[in-house]
Amino acid sequence: MILAALVCVLLLGGFAAWFSARWSPTAPRWVAVATLTVEALLLVLPYTVANQAGGLSSAWFAGFYLPWIPRFGIGLHLAMDGLSLLLITLTVLLGFMAVSSSWLEIKCRQGFFYFNLLMCLAGIFGVFLAVDLFLFFFCWELMIIPMYFLISIWGHENRTDAALRFFIFTQVSSLLMLAAIIALVLIHHRNCGVYSFDYFELLNTAFAPDVAFWPMLGFFIAFTVKLPMLPFHTWLPDAHTQAPTGGSVILAGVMLKTGAYGLLRFVIPLFPDAAHQFAPVAMTLGAISALYAAVTAFAQSDLKRLIAYTSVSHMGFILLGVFSWNLLALQGSVITMLAHGISAAALFMIAGALQQRLHTREMGNMGGLWSAMPGLSALALFFSAASLGVPGLGNFIGEFLVLQGAFSVNRVLASVAALTLILAPVYALSLIQKVCYGPPSQHVHLVDAGRREWVSLGLLALACVWLGLSPQAVLKVSAPALKQEMHWSADEY
Amino acid sequence: MNINSLIALAPLIAVGATAVAVMLGIAVRRNFRSACGIAAGGIVMSLWTLGRAVRESPVRATLLMRVDAYSLFYIALLLSAGLAVLGFCYDYFKAHEGEYEELPLLLLTALLGALVLVCSSHFASFFIGLEILGISLFVLIGYPLNQVRPLEAALKYLVLSGVSSAFLLMGMALIYAQCGELHFSGIGGYMTSRDNINAMVLSGTLLIVAGLGFKLSLAPFHLWTPDVYEGAAAPVSAFIATVSKGAVFALLLRYFISTYSYDYTPLLTVFSVIAGLSIVGGNLLALQQNNVKRLLAYSSIAHMGYLLVAFIAGGISTGGAVESVSFYLSAYFITTVGAFGVVSVLSTPSMEADDISCYRGLFWRRPWLAATFTLMLLSLAGIPLTAGFIGKFYIFTSAAEGRLWGLLLATIVGSGLGLYYYLRIIVVMSMNVEATAIKTAQGWVSTTLLAVLTILLVWIGCYPSLLANVIQAVSYDMEWGL
Repeated sequence: MILAALVCVLLLGGFAAWFSARWSPTAPRWVAVATLTVEALLLVLPYTVANQAGGLSSAWFAGFYLPWIPRFGIGLHLAMDGLSLLLITLTVLLGFMAVSSSWLEIKCRQGFFYFNLLMCLAGIFGVFLAVDLFLFFFCWELMIIPMYFLISIWGHENRTDAALRFFIFTQVSSLLMLAAIIALVLIHHRNCGVYSFDYFELLNTAFAPDVAFWPMLGFFIAFTVKLPMLPFHTWLPDAHTQAPTGGSVILAGVMLKTGAYGLLRFVIPLFPDAAHQFAPVAMTLGAISALYAAVTAFAQSDLKRLIAYTSVSHMGFILLGVFSWNLLALQGSVITMLAHGISAAALFMIAGALQQRLHTREMGNMGGLWSAMPGLSALALFFSAASLGVPGLGNFIGEFLVLQGAFSVNRVLASVAALTLILAPVYALSLIQKVCYGPPSQHVHLVDAGRREWVSLGLLALACVWLGLSPQAVLKVSAPALKQEMHWSADEY
Repeated sequence: MNINSLIALAPLIAVGATAVAVMLGIAVRRNFRSACGIAAGGIVMSLWTLGRAVRESPVRATLLMRVDAYSLFYIALLLSAGLAVLGFCYDYFKAHEGEYEELPLLLLTALLGALVLVCSSHFASFFIGLEILGISLFVLIGYPLNQVRPLEAALKYLVLSGVSSAFLLMGMALIYAQCGELHFSGIGGYMTSRDNINAMVLSGTLLIVAGLGFKLSLAPFHLWTPDVYEGAAAPVSAFIATVSKGAVFALLLRYFISTYSYDYTPLLTVFSVIAGLSIVGGNLLALQQNNVKRLLAYSSIAHMGYLLVAFIAGGISTGGAVESVSFYLSAYFITTVGAFGVVSVLSTPSMEADDISCYRGLFWRRPWLAATFTLMLLSLAGIPLTAGFIGKFYIFTSAAEGRLWGLLLATIVGSGLGLYYYLRIIVVMSMNVEATAIKTAQGWVSTTLLAVLTILLVWIGCYPSLLANVIQAVSYDMEWGL
């Protein structure tokens, strides 16, 4: 019941935000804050359950079921385990950040903006909670539309093209996934004689030897376009650069994680054999992605573009970790998801704050900001360090675990991917070099980070440090879920 | 002819009688408002008689007609679409000078033709229905009468209708020459009694397919579509896109199922080529359109292609075709009537709002209208929350069940292309511009209709079970109850 409430509160909040714009142009953002606060309070309950998880027989702590389209065995089936709980928490946290960074940036049509923001979050919640493949696909598509509006209405100079490319990439790839889902269901129907889209029913579908590859590929492409992985990443730099800050925060912080989540939750447990055979290819692509994006990031002159490419690089790590498929690498992937969500969101917020003050994203036009805005520059330094993987912060733990897990599976690829750890400081430090140091540029009068920025970025910094110093708290929540996923695919793996 | 068949045919009789009533009404006094009123009353009455007719079905009413769950379902669909189109016509023409009283009359006769088509089980009623529909449409397209573009469109449609009828008649003649039967079940009997493929029947069926392909504007036969859609008044375009095509498709499906023409596998190859061409061609041609009505015309070509995919799948796997086609058509009807409804609300007979610049900034000028149009376009693109998505889901399921991987891929590529031009309109609507004043007159009929259509669209998109169950029953009746 609480899961349905989680989604419904966001939906209601979205409409409330839209209509509240009637009586005051600033009301929608307060409605959004209130909605997210309610969400945060609702999340307390699953955490209390999770903490006494030792006594639970299954990894799932909450569920919700309603029949929806009985003709095809489709139900509104939501369920939550440690993995979805962590990602939902990240979503709520970054939801606050998105509202905070849009606080002054969005000046026109605020009602519709916050409506889209909350709808987008509702779609993401649905993706993380759905265990009915049809419902999952429904939410998967649904989260794209509000994001499309966020980019195309409130974005920067080249927004229309960026939004269109984002939409078409994700939509076409997800249609491949729809075809794959239907193929999977029909195979299950042929085996058992019943139509069902339920995740738990489909888990043990038996395939003819070479059949499983194609539906697996459909899922894989849809998720790696979202992730994104090397040949499919071209939508991402534009979308991130052109989106308003709030949109970038959600896009980089959470939406990319839906791809990783899909790989972890669906691709491998549903098609263990095919995924096992495909793993070397996927891991190679992951390693190449990580390296290539790190090199490309260094070549960027646009601040947001640089951060966007670092996202691609980190996602390559996640791909590597997921397809290594041992507990260590999986835990690493989960930590990387959370840590990257926090650090990338923070960097985008800083980029947004800079753009608001300087009206440029070109790093060539910045420089010498340390003297003008010490607070904001310090924060930029902190999150760049987090992003390059300084020990003691979250990203380090994630990357370390991924590499260690991957090393036991494929030494060559793990070593290649480890080269990224050399490239990451190069781009992160060049960012700091270009933005903060050097001779002060022409800017005369700049305001340092205000109270709202300090609170939100400080919160993210704390989360990052906490994740780096005591990852065990997070690992404990995700472990039962990951073990269960591994158990499901263990028979053949 | 007994009382049962009379009751079963009551919906058709009601529409026919209303047409006569409207005609007499016009003879007494010319009044557009009352003519529309009588016509609407007649359609509502016809819908009401459906309830009775359901109890009598399935029944073979005369030699020519068969009234079963399948035809009653389509009658309901066509009548509802006709009613909506009538409403949009009323708002569109009411303030304009000229004599439009015959328009509801023609709408009724066209509807009658469509109803005959979905009931027909004989070549004679097949042809009669098609001609009643075609001839009424030809005049309808010519409205408003004193302008060049509608006239041009009407002439094009007339020529097309003539050509397609010629194809049809030739096809029927070939089949009759071989089978000696005009009744569908008679032809079916001939088909099942022979094992090998008969060249004469095959070419006859091909000619029929070509004739119907013109009406459905499938790819090699689609050339007339954009011009006619552009030239006709927006509500009339909605009528061509939905009622005319829907009725013809329903007939095609019934013909193929009841004559066992599916057994002629070469036909499926032909259909696959037509479907692929329609999907890819329709979407590619729509990409660069700046004229919304032409864009919708090309998109309708693509949609007919998607429908054909489900149709072909019906020939390969058992069952499912009627279900998928019926669901997709229902969703398509709601969406297309809605989309053209928005265009017609923005248009006047003297100035059609068909250029994409008319929609610039619509979101901020008329938010509700723009939201409706957005939903309709998203439904055409097959995005969740709308009926179009569930329709597309049915098509995907059918295609996967029939293992039509090539066509499935074409559908995916087509949907990707489709997104581009649908989103382009949405982007234009959300652009920031100062209000440019075009027509602002409001009509409560159109507003109500658009509201109902939007609610239906979202309701079916979110909770399709009800419609799915009805359609499942209908398709069971059609495929196993012969």
